[in-house]
Amino acid sequence: MDQALSQLCETVRAAAEARTPLLIRAGGTKDFYGNESSDAVLDPRSVTGIVDYEPTELVITARAGTPLAELEQLLAKNGQLLAFEPPHFGANATIGGCIAAGLAGPRRVSFGPTYGGVRDFVLGAKLVDGRGQLLSFGGTVMKNVAGYDVSRLLAGSMGILGVIAEVSIKVLPRPMSHHTLCFEMTETAAIYKLNEWAGRPLPLSASMWHDGALYLRLAGASAAVRAARHHLGGEEIDNYQADAFWTSIREQTHPFFGDDAPLWRVSVPTTAPSLSMVEPQLIEWNGALRWMRTHRSAEEVRECAEQAGGHATLFRNGDRSAGAFTPLTAPLAAIHRRLKSQFDPAHIFNRGRLYPDL
Amino acid sequence: MDSTTHAPAPPARSLPVDADKQRSLVAALRTLLPDDAVLFREEETRPYECDGLTLFRQLPMVVALPETEDQVRRILQLCHEHQVPVIPRGAGTGLSGSALPHPAGLLLSLAKLNRILSIDPRARTAMVQPGVRNLAISEAAARHRLYYAPDPSSQIACTIGGNVAENSGGVHCLKYGLTIHNVLRVRGLTIEGEVVEFGGLAPDAPGLDLLALVIGSEGMLAVVTEVTVRLVPVAQTARCIMASFADIGEAGDAVAALIANGIIPAGLEMLDQAASRLVEPFANAGYDLDAAAVLLCESDGTPEEVAEEIERMSAVLVAARATRIQVSNSEAERLRFWAGRKNAFPAAGRASPAYYCMDGTIPRRRLGEVLKAIQALEPKYGLRCPNVFHAGDGNLHPLILFDDADPESVARAEAFGAEILELCVQMGGTVTGEHGVGVEKLDQMCSQFDRPTLDAFLGVKSAFDPAGLLNPGKVVPTLHRCAEYGRMRVHGGNVRFPELPRF
Repeated sequence: MDQALSQLCETVRAAAEARTPLLIRAGGTKDFYGNESSDAVLDPRSVTGIVDYEPTELVITARAGTPLAELEQLLAKNGQLLAFEPPHFGANATIGGCIAAGLAGPRRVSFGPTYGGVRDFVLGAKLVDGRGQLLSFGGTVMKNVAGYDVSRLLAGSMGILGVIAEVSIKVLPRPMSHHTLCFEMTETAAIYKLNEWAGRPLPLSASMWHDGALYLRLAGASAAVRAARHHLGGEEIDNYQADAFWTSIREQTHPFFGDDAPLWRVSVPTTAPSLSMVEPQLIEWNGALRWMRTHRSAEEVRECAEQAGGHATLFRNGDRSAGAFTPLTAPLAAIHRRLKSQFDPAHIFNRGRLYPDL
Repeated sequence: MDSTTHAPAPPARSLPVDADKQRSLVAALRTLLPDDAVLFREEETRPYECDGLTLFRQLPMVVALPETEDQVRRILQLCHEHQVPVIPRGAGTGLSGSALPHPAGLLLSLAKLNRILSIDPRARTAMVQPGVRNLAISEAAARHRLYYAPDPSSQIACTIGGNVAENSGGVHCLKYGLTIHNVLRVRGLTIEGEVVEFGGLAPDAPGLDLLALVIGSEGMLAVVTEVTVRLVPVAQTARCIMASFADIGEAGDAVAALIANGIIPAGLEMLDQAASRLVEPFANAGYDLDAAAVLLCESDGTPEEVAEEIERMSAVLVAARATRIQVSNSEAERLRFWAGRKNAFPAAGRASPAYYCMDGTIPRRRLGEVLKAIQALEPKYGLRCPNVFHAGDGNLHPLILFDDADPESVARAEAFGAEILELCVQMGGTVTGEHGVGVEKLDQMCSQFDRPTLDAFLGVKSAFDPAGLLNPGKVVPTLHRCAEYGRMRVHGGNVRFPELPRF
């Protein structure tokens, strides 16, 4: 174990002994996400750097403090990418924060090998638990069923189980070709079409509907993209413009995300009809992700999401006192509390960031 | 089907069942289930004494065959109240002894929960009970031009509940993912009999991703009662390249070269020469018997896409020193290419009284090295070991051929297997890629993980099952067991890889 890592373990041990709560925070690009915390900051960025990257293994292993941009640049140089297309939300984003937040971008719901969220691509992780021990889960190989899959559990865990020190992530080749199409379409028609297309072997790699326009990104083998373009029709968007457009969706710089109104992330089955609320919406992931700007109460928004078979997260702005995330059922909450106590017996990590009692 | 069958009477490790406890449990169960759903006589429980790993056998105290979730719930409540261990079981095709019974426990067969509850072609999902067979899902979805992607070799028999328990793979998972990538939601029961839902049709279910823990947990965290899987569109066409290599190392390099060129084949499988020679007489697949290795490389998609990809694949394989390349020109020919690979296990069963199928994964770049090391071990144990494997994933399936009627041959096979797994750990891999730990690889878990990590696994177990009643004793070795294993390795004088870091 090198010095930065053993120092991190030592810091955690001391904090656990003194029962000093810690807020694990690197670049702070996702402070807005989850519940607030005012605990003392533990910055894990001293643990940084690419540990191993062998392009032919389709795996990259990096320390948590490695800047996300640096990691993606290295992959790009080798014609590869992070298939879950994570948002950065700022230049200081790290790979550790990316995994802990568990947020995926437009490519999340696409067909074939590129399908999946953050956890789908996590192969292994090293974690400093609440006793200051360095634990090592999973590995660097594609298939591994030795022990419970704790490394995937860390994706989206908001740091409540420990400090992610290192992760191994499956990466994929960049698609040979990509192309974006635009269609004029109502919301109902867009949801219908997206589900219909997703049921066909088309190289879909992203979708976005807002204000009467549906954008579709195709990516894959040149022949497949070419055939899909002819088959689907629509208006062709210049690739340079299209790249900027998808970045604006991923990074939420698109005008829809512009003002200070609370932003809700409503997650529903792809086939769920238009939500009962009339507020402006932006739809991604073949209909499964519905962004909504509204000042309505958390109760109302969650009720609306539940009716549609999903759940709602207060993503940005607004009053987080009702909890950023949809509350858990009693048996699941009990499992969460026990898991938290197992990994972090002194309850020092990111208290309340996910749920008030964790 | 994957199996280590043809085993008449393997080593007697079975412990006796307590007749008094059995009587009282049977009486209590009969208040919940019809009499014929409660098995306890030896002739009735014998078929459940092992799963696909026949080296380990144990008669269960009682077998319960519920038909509804409510019956499962009441059985669990009863067992929890009386502190009776519960061992869930699907089709029993598992290869690591995850479903090995407990002498004082109840074997909970979920085979009768076998209904496909719904298929939603628009949402591309199927909701099924745990006892539904893997292949039955794809068959039911076929009329919508959809299928369930993970296809373990045992898919004709294995159940989706078992697939969830083991996080099963298959020959197409390089491109289409494992069970974990294709299951959206699991409904289950805790050992206390409480209903829990993991995941959901809406992405990113609130809270921690417990679905990721439950999939591959070998029935130790919850009992699965319902599974919603993702269905994917059937590819319009598929073609397969069969390539020969004069050297196993070159075949391994060819695999790396394909990936380096940005190609993710739909299937990428390899057979070494011993395996080709083993299967060819049975399968007539047309394998090149002079080749040191045969590589099967498949492309699927639209006809244009496949044509383009086959061309690129062929170019890479030629550049990687393939000595012969043949591309399937019809569906019949493609299936013939695969017939050999898919029949490797049955062929091994016919060529030898018994075989022991290993399941390690290694980084792809070390394929050649590991295969040569395994070949070099054959004389040491006096046993043959042909190799078939999921080359794209680096997942090896060495088949150790042995004689199960000869206890000494059995012991050599086990030792050979253990050494292969240690080798996988040393190469930076894992002791199990897709078959699970069960009881088979408990010792090797001591090599792969340090004690704090193993204790964290025990912590996960107790967070779901504080009383430790669900499938106890599987997957995570105790401190005592690892200490014993360490001592044995030292005292036996054959410590393998003493230089191995123990974290």
